[in-house]
Amino acid sequence: MTSLEKPGIWKKTANGRTALLYLLPSILLFSVFVFYPMFRTIYLSFFLTDQNGDAAIWVGFENYSYLLESTAFINSMKATGLFVLYTVPIGIVLALFFALLANEKLKGIGFFRTVYSSTMGISVAASSVIWLFMFNPSMGMFNRLLSLLNLPQIQWLLDPQWALLSVSISTIWMNIGFSFLILLGGLQNIDEHLYESSRIDGAGYFYRLRRITLPMLSPTLFFIITISLINAFQSFGQIDILTQGGPSASTNLIVYSIYREAFINYQFGTASAQAVTLFIIILVVTILQFKLGERRVHYQ
Amino acid sequence: MTTSLPKKIWIYFLLISTSFLVFFPVMYAFLISFMTGPELLQGKFLPQSFSLDNYIKVFDRLPLLNYLLNSFIVSVSVMLGQLAVCSLAAYAFVFIHFKGRDFIFFLFISTMMIPWEATMIPNKFTIQKLDWLNTYQGLTLPFFALAFGTFLLRQHFKTIPKELHEASQIAGLSKFAFFRRVILPVSKTSLVTLGAYGFLTTWNMYLWPLLITTNKSVRTVQIGLKQLQSQETGTEWGVVMAGVIVVIIPTLLLLFLGQKQLQKGLSQGALK
Repeated sequence: MTSLEKPGIWKKTANGRTALLYLLPSILLFSVFVFYPMFRTIYLSFFLTDQNGDAAIWVGFENYSYLLESTAFINSMKATGLFVLYTVPIGIVLALFFALLANEKLKGIGFFRTVYSSTMGISVAASSVIWLFMFNPSMGMFNRLLSLLNLPQIQWLLDPQWALLSVSISTIWMNIGFSFLILLGGLQNIDEHLYESSRIDGAGYFYRLRRITLPMLSPTLFFIITISLINAFQSFGQIDILTQGGPSASTNLIVYSIYREAFINYQFGTASAQAVTLFIIILVVTILQFKLGERRVHYQ
Repeated sequence: MTTSLPKKIWIYFLLISTSFLVFFPVMYAFLISFMTGPELLQGKFLPQSFSLDNYIKVFDRLPLLNYLLNSFIVSVSVMLGQLAVCSLAAYAFVFIHFKGRDFIFFLFISTMMIPWEATMIPNKFTIQKLDWLNTYQGLTLPFFALAFGTFLLRQHFKTIPKELHEASQIAGLSKFAFFRRVILPVSKTSLVTLGAYGFLTTWNMYLWPLLITTNKSVRTVQIGLKQLQSQETGTEWGVVMAGVIVVIIPTLLLLFLGQKQLQKGLSQGALK
């Protein structure tokens, strides 16, 4: 009997085996470079580690309680929160404004679309170097402008009061291209007929914006808000080039803090605990977004 | 559709002024890249002459050509790797019915919730243990599998008529032949979108190359910029900006050529 059944099972699972073949590269890579390191990070966060990043002494939740009591970490979390607050809302509102402008059917609009999306083609490193010069206290454009207007000079990146704000301004600029591109795509997917019937009714621009455009755009807006939030929490390059986390740790955002703790201080245990914190924050943001999104978003 | 003239003028005014502001930093960098030290100190806005001295200097000071080539190799490898790995996976999700499909699909989704910065510590040690520091495979292989790319292609594959699949089975085409000879050619637009996206994001990658390259053998151009910026002090900013301009030209060109395509493709991927 069994010998008769075997070909049956073999044949039944044929699809599964072929599918596995197609999925194998992805599954293998995800296992090695996503799932394994995630579990490993959680595991390491309960240990003191040696130079090679191997677990040495089990300390339970001590890495976490150490972080909660460390002013450096709390400062870093505060800076990260403020950074997200400064960059995400303004960035999205600006990108939406540009997308609405660029969605008008006018001559030469293609040129403006290209300009608005251009920052997506400029790497974080290149943008940061450009902004580093613009913020330069003596030669940079901002202070030259201030002195033209007879206003006091600002130490943009060297003053703890201003550094986070300066980094945020440059970050908003860096992210505008991508948000713009996504939002413009969303606007162009809105059915023209909706506007035509409202125009017959004599509805004004802002009425149409509030009643048609924004509701129809809500899935795209929801997507770009989620992506922007996640991106903001992951910012690293601009910090490394503009401020190295300073002055007096005022721009020590979480990913930069993880990087320093792990690869400069070689404290892989506490660095892992910070990485787990980052993971949890992003998880919560995503889940909250989806919970809120389900209620608010208007799908076509 | 007609727009009244005053409204048109108003919109053009907004378009011109805001796009000037957005593009200003790039223009500024471009102008600075032609300036000499004294010009910078005087605070001039326009350079005296468009001499290429700074550009020649930057190639002297940094193995920039070498870095550009490295960035190019790495970006093209990730692009091709992603296209291959993601299209294979997307094909399985759309055209093969198998047990556990939902579960594997869920696994793919869950990778999007894990920020890779949270996993970089073990990943660096994995690469180190494989002895892949300062190698192309260390820079590229971890990024071949991409949930976002798989979804983007899956969305497109789903729009392919099922009849095509049935016809190919009747014609006796094997699954792989169907994939290679039918699916891939009709999905060209999505593949181009994903390819451009993969190239762009890899070219601009910063943190991973910073961890994986410890010498100049495979170092990418982004890390080169950091190196250049920290080497040059004082009035050599013209040289630094020349480096910046050289680095952003390839991606800006790619974006200008593919902006329409990218916008369409990415916003389709954003919506289900």
